[in-house]
Amino acid sequence: MKSAITRGVHPVDTPSKDEMKNRKSWNLLDKLLLGLTPREYLAQAVMNPFNWILGIIFAVGLPLIAYRFLFGLSVVTHSSNDYPWGLFLGFGLFAMVPLSASGFMLGTTVEIFGRHDFEPIERLALLNGLLGYLFAVIYLLVDLGQPWRLPYPMVVAFGPAAVLFLVAWHVATYLSVQVAEISVAFFEWIGWLGGKRFIRRIAVGLTVAGIILSTLHQGALGALFTYAPGKVHPLWYSASFQWIHFFCSAIPGGLCMVIAVSTIVKKTMAWRCDGNFLDNLDRCTFGLAKGASMGLITYLAIKLIGVAHDNEWGYLATGWGSWFMLELAIGVILPLALFAWAIHNQRVGVVRLAAFITVFGVVLNRLNTALIAFNWKLYPEIPHVFEVLITVTIFAIYIVVYRFILYRLPVLFAWKAVEAEVPVPATEPIPSAAMARASAPAAGAVYRSID
Amino acid sequence: MSGISRRRFLAGSIAGCAATTLCGTQKALAAGSFTGYPEGMGVLVDLTRCIGCRSCEAACNKEQNLPAPAKPFDDMSVFDERFHGGTQMRRPDENAYTVVNRYEPEGGGKPVYRKVQCNHCNEPACLTSCFVNAYTKTQEGAVVYNPKICVGCRNCMIACPFNIPGYSYSSAFNPVVKKCIFCHETRLKNGRPPACVEICPQQALTFGKRKDMIKIAHQRILNEPGRYVDHLYGEKELGGTGWMYLSSVAFEQVGFDTTTGNEPIIANVKDFLGTVPMVLAIWPALFTGFHLLAKRKDGHGHDDDHAGDHSAAHGEEEDKS
Repeated sequence: MKSAITRGVHPVDTPSKDEMKNRKSWNLLDKLLLGLTPREYLAQAVMNPFNWILGIIFAVGLPLIAYRFLFGLSVVTHSSNDYPWGLFLGFGLFAMVPLSASGFMLGTTVEIFGRHDFEPIERLALLNGLLGYLFAVIYLLVDLGQPWRLPYPMVVAFGPAAVLFLVAWHVATYLSVQVAEISVAFFEWIGWLGGKRFIRRIAVGLTVAGIILSTLHQGALGALFTYAPGKVHPLWYSASFQWIHFFCSAIPGGLCMVIAVSTIVKKTMAWRCDGNFLDNLDRCTFGLAKGASMGLITYLAIKLIGVAHDNEWGYLATGWGSWFMLELAIGVILPLALFAWAIHNQRVGVVRLAAFITVFGVVLNRLNTALIAFNWKLYPEIPHVFEVLITVTIFAIYIVVYRFILYRLPVLFAWKAVEAEVPVPATEPIPSAAMARASAPAAGAVYRSID
Repeated sequence: MSGISRRRFLAGSIAGCAATTLCGTQKALAAGSFTGYPEGMGVLVDLTRCIGCRSCEAACNKEQNLPAPAKPFDDMSVFDERFHGGTQMRRPDENAYTVVNRYEPEGGGKPVYRKVQCNHCNEPACLTSCFVNAYTKTQEGAVVYNPKICVGCRNCMIACPFNIPGYSYSSAFNPVVKKCIFCHETRLKNGRPPACVEICPQQALTFGKRKDMIKIAHQRILNEPGRYVDHLYGEKELGGTGWMYLSSVAFEQVGFDTTTGNEPIIANVKDFLGTVPMVLAIWPALFTGFHLLAKRKDGHGHDDDHAGDHSAAHGEEEDKS
């Protein structure tokens, strides 16, 4: 795409071609192909080496996914009765969900605390949240014995005392909330301002709902392991604090995932970012890093409180204890030190490195809890190679969907508000001063400023 | 307060209080823990009597219409089988709801055989962890499972402290949990003992009301204190189980987890479950309050309407940039 732009192609970021002169709107195909012809689009896609890597992953992985659904879980996993949850949940659900806490974090920052200076990165955080959850559910669908029964806890049979019941309801509700939150960008893209205005009006309600649902299900994922006190190693287990350990580590996890994604975006699709995003990214990154640091130091404190509360100091001297301390050293203390140094010295590159390390640390913690330190009294389980390949394939699909949306919807760039000059249809009453303001904006004003 | 007047609200409250008082319970309300149905059945497993003949495995296989095993039930070489790097003995799975394992106790002596199956907990972890309520603890004492609503999340297998439920992973379109159901449908419901108990030639398994089994067990310990460890495994462990064990050697030597404690598994989860309604009730006001506090500062006397406020705040942002 970069080379196409150098040849003078301008990627779609407005409702109509040739902003002022010609009111001819982009049609859907134009929007989907970013204003390129099908031939041009295909050519640039083939030229991108990353697409070839994805192609190889899909060539191997997609048949494996079909194989799993046609012949059962036993052909792609070790069918373990001792490790009923493998990589699909250990990574796909338990690691993807904390990395998706970004949606409610930035939603809270901007909508609740009114920190509109974080707005350039808000939509990326919301999208990151939505896609993380969506793919956590997709991982879940691959893992469930009878995925077609996924709606059962909603409609057929209820087990309201079970933590998983809460997770199911909250993830389902929160997915809807996140779809609503990010739909603003979609409404701009398809050019339906009414939908956008409606969402803006209920934004605070949506955000508060998001905080509640996130608090509870991030915590609930941790609380799921309180059903297995004899199985999870005591250092990773805390009957009282498991839920808050998971919730608290999701905060730096989600914030650092946004830093990580924005870093990749800046490196690989700068053409798609507008000036507002690029100019504010470093400042926002420092802001997110400060938030992540506070999350990390709190997490470190409550992890140690967890050890003290159950008097588990003795375990620290064992091999498991070394592994536990290594997890905290690499995943928490190292990024904390890097953040502190980098924020003090205004070194955004180091902040980004620390964010990647934090993401790794959160994933490691979830894998430790769900797989590595699970059944510590029994035996270690090495996942089946097909299980690993399917996990990688679904992650690749996640990347493709992520990229597809970032290329098209106004997430990294503001949709140019040319349509605002089109008279508002008579069927729609002009409700307030906000609309009056909207009807005569300066050329090039962004939609986001219109309510 | 337009929908309901204060007077109506007060009247309703008083009526509610009066109703509660009139229908009030005579006794104090029961505590939150459940110790099993009083007439629930149980089985006493006396490891000192078991000779490892595996006839219980065979009877179970027949009663539950399970597939024929790889090795016949009179093949005793299964006791030497080890799995996962030689660390694990046999465990129940989709093809066998009960297995017998052989242990060589420390300091020599006769081998001890231990029958493994679902222990039919009073407060089962599988039941409390299930989000579609597929499990039921019946009045007869069995923990049964409804395969028609099971989604296949396998949380019950995570939760079971005894590692009992197996999953039919090999089925692509109807995988279900497979575990001992105390022969509930075919026998227990009609007051008959499960197939394994009936066939046991050594009377190592005794079937009866759980409360009677506890008495018999303690009587046996009392009569022959040299023969038994003075402990009935399952009487109190994890809230009590329907199947209970007597042993001549320390329980941890014959594969029992003696670190479980006496609280049922759900007791560990209650801390979290208690926070849920609090978060649901407190967070809306808390965060809406934060929002209002943050807005007051930015708004410079604007009203609290979000739409107007938001664009006003935004306008300022744009002016700055």
